[in-house]
Amino acid sequence: MNPALQGLITVLIGVGGCIGYFYFSNQFLDRVLFPAKGVNAGRNINRANMVRPWLFLFPAMFALGLYLVYPVFATMWYSLIDRDKGNAFVGLANYAQMVDDPKFWEAVKNNLLWLIIVPAFSTAFGLLAAQLTDRIRWGNFAKSLIFMPMAISFVGAAVIFKLIYDTRPVDSSQIGVLNAVWLQFNGGTGSFLILRLIPAALIACFGAAVAYVGYNLTRRMTGAGSAKTPILGAIGAAGLVALCAVALFMAVRAFIGIFGFAFPYGEPQTWLTIPIWNSILLMIVLIWIQTGFAMVILSAALRGVPEETIEAAIVDGANPFQVFFKIKMPQIAGTIVVVWTTITLTVLKVFDIVFAMTNGQWQTQVLANYMFEQLFRANDWGVGSAAAIVIMLMVSPILVWNVWNVRKEMR
Amino acid sequence: MDNIAGKKSGLSWAVNISVALLVMLWLFPTAGLFVSSFRTADQISSNGWWQSLFVSEQNVVLRTTDPDDDGAQVLEDGRYTVSGNLYGEAGKATIDVWGTSSRAIDSYVAGETADLGDGETITVQANGDYVWTGSTEMTGRGQRVFATAQTPPEFTLDNYHTMLFDPDNIEGMAKAFFNTLTVTIPATIIPIVIAAFAAYALAWMDFPGRAILVAVVVGLLVVPLQLALIPLLRLHLGIGIGKGYLGVWLAHTGFGLPLAIYLLRNYMVGLPRDIIENAKVDGATDFQIFTKIILPLSFPALASFAIFQFLWTWNDLLVAKVFLIDSTGQTTVMTNQIVELLGTKGGNWEILATAAFVSIAVPLAVFFMMQKYLVRGLLAGSVK
Repeated sequence: MNPALQGLITVLIGVGGCIGYFYFSNQFLDRVLFPAKGVNAGRNINRANMVRPWLFLFPAMFALGLYLVYPVFATMWYSLIDRDKGNAFVGLANYAQMVDDPKFWEAVKNNLLWLIIVPAFSTAFGLLAAQLTDRIRWGNFAKSLIFMPMAISFVGAAVIFKLIYDTRPVDSSQIGVLNAVWLQFNGGTGSFLILRLIPAALIACFGAAVAYVGYNLTRRMTGAGSAKTPILGAIGAAGLVALCAVALFMAVRAFIGIFGFAFPYGEPQTWLTIPIWNSILLMIVLIWIQTGFAMVILSAALRGVPEETIEAAIVDGANPFQVFFKIKMPQIAGTIVVVWTTITLTVLKVFDIVFAMTNGQWQTQVLANYMFEQLFRANDWGVGSAAAIVIMLMVSPILVWNVWNVRKEMR
Repeated sequence: MDNIAGKKSGLSWAVNISVALLVMLWLFPTAGLFVSSFRTADQISSNGWWQSLFVSEQNVVLRTTDPDDDGAQVLEDGRYTVSGNLYGEAGKATIDVWGTSSRAIDSYVAGETADLGDGETITVQANGDYVWTGSTEMTGRGQRVFATAQTPPEFTLDNYHTMLFDPDNIEGMAKAFFNTLTVTIPATIIPIVIAAFAAYALAWMDFPGRAILVAVVVGLLVVPLQLALIPLLRLHLGIGIGKGYLGVWLAHTGFGLPLAIYLLRNYMVGLPRDIIENAKVDGATDFQIFTKIILPLSFPALASFAIFQFLWTWNDLLVAKVFLIDSTGQTTVMTNQIVELLGTKGGNWEILATAAFVSIAVPLAVFFMMQKYLVRGLLAGSVK
């Protein structure tokens, strides 16, 4: 059958089936099962109203259960059995095998790097873009252009950036922007300024920001004022502080490294094969996509900051930087956390970019791609499922946090 | 906000410039792909796309008409003469300097005459017109001319023609385009219907366990779909759906439901209570309230989710790879086709750029037309 026709029929069956189900099940409930007439009319109406929500919910609950809840448990089970031994229970053998695989640790290491860099830069750029575009007349137009990469698939973005990172032999003219720009550097003063001094300054800023956040968190943790959510809050904050410490350590290392590094001037580089840098180049793709998201959400939050607080600060003589960091930032802190966690979720699941650009070669492996490779190339469902469980474990703190927040909101 | 009390920010020009730079930086990557998709393979490999927008100076090797060709050579004033234009027609480029040997490509300025020896001379004008004369009849191939020319930008639609409308091109995107469309439309519509009813129940019906169900939906929002791959593939193979459209529609429906329910419920909760209670007093059943009141009022939320789901299913690679694409490759979607082209045609940027742009164009159009709803959905959908 023609797939388009099949698609049309599916839409009709799907939509018609759903509506038919809802209509007829309601009719059945009201007319046959609990008719609202006769001696038991009142009781029947009450009973029908107790059953009805479940009629409305059933298809969704069934689909959610089958497509999201069941697989979580099934995957857990698969990670504990071995398909080659007739699905025998093997305990943690799959996990042990995975832990022995250096590729797995490479993926974990890269994922951690992604987790620090991508949300940080996306949120920072998004905040910058939101703050700047809100102040100019063509701000909305600028916003929609920065937001545009959201509509582009990861695969499309991978092609776009592969063109940027493209390499041609030494003598031919470079068609990748990165190499074309790279060849402009010759080791002179300009190169020192742009390749060493400015990045070092940026890293120093980043390090300072991280240190500031970490310092504040530790102070808040040790302070006695935050007894509202002792355990959860403490664990979360401790995790964040640990993350800050790692980020700070990396920033210091990068700061030192950048002055000692001997840049290979004048030679076109095959960027995607240079370890660490290739991971960062892949991250740039995701940062490019996610910045628009961060900008849109943060811009709405910035607009929600009450005007009076800003006016009061200006009247008191605050300069624009103080207004931004001392008045606006604290009021949108909650939104920043939301943006950060949402991007973190995207990062944890990132697959397409790595799959399309390097497929995990040259030490760019990430967990989602490692899992895909184990599942469908090595055909090792045990280790693949174990890797999926690791991703699930990394997601679960955010899951708990979200659920907890919603419960609080609904109360 | 900074203009209160008549104080105008003195830095507004700096802000404007920063935003312009930021926007350019963000557009630059896409622009590169867009421009490249309109260039021929030769043009793409000869210089960077950013140079193609301007008049560029190129070193080219051109050749005059072969003197052996019929009627190419005429006898004028006692000299054998071949004349014409090096580019075929005037106006395609402007030659600055030229030469007749690869070792000296800038020996002559446009308009000068070069002595080729054996009584032959050639004159090349700036627009490419040449006159090549010899005292004896000339034979063999045409004279080569090494020119440094100012070439104006030139673009072509041929790439799109090859990738979309050429039935002989097995790497064409036409089939993949329709496959993607076939995946996307049912996968966008079906979850909306299912989710709308559930969202109504969660928003406006009172029953025990409602709060827990909402929490479960929020929890499921973040469950990575990676976990679902193997169990569901086994399930599909087990119950006979196998790999195919039905499987991918069901999978997308399942994965899209948490967001759909969450978005729609949040929106429906905010609808005015009076309307619903009045309808109830007037004797409307829940089903009528839902179809006649809630559904029409929820249009913005429905549109938001529809856009999300459309973008997500259109751009998806993983779900299609696992649940749809079988070994025959007949059901490949565009994202998968592009990844395969990246493997086989890694250096052929005219193919890659065109293929990628074909797949990007539809979401971009949807994005720019429906941006309002997308933003609204984003603001409502991020868990606060």
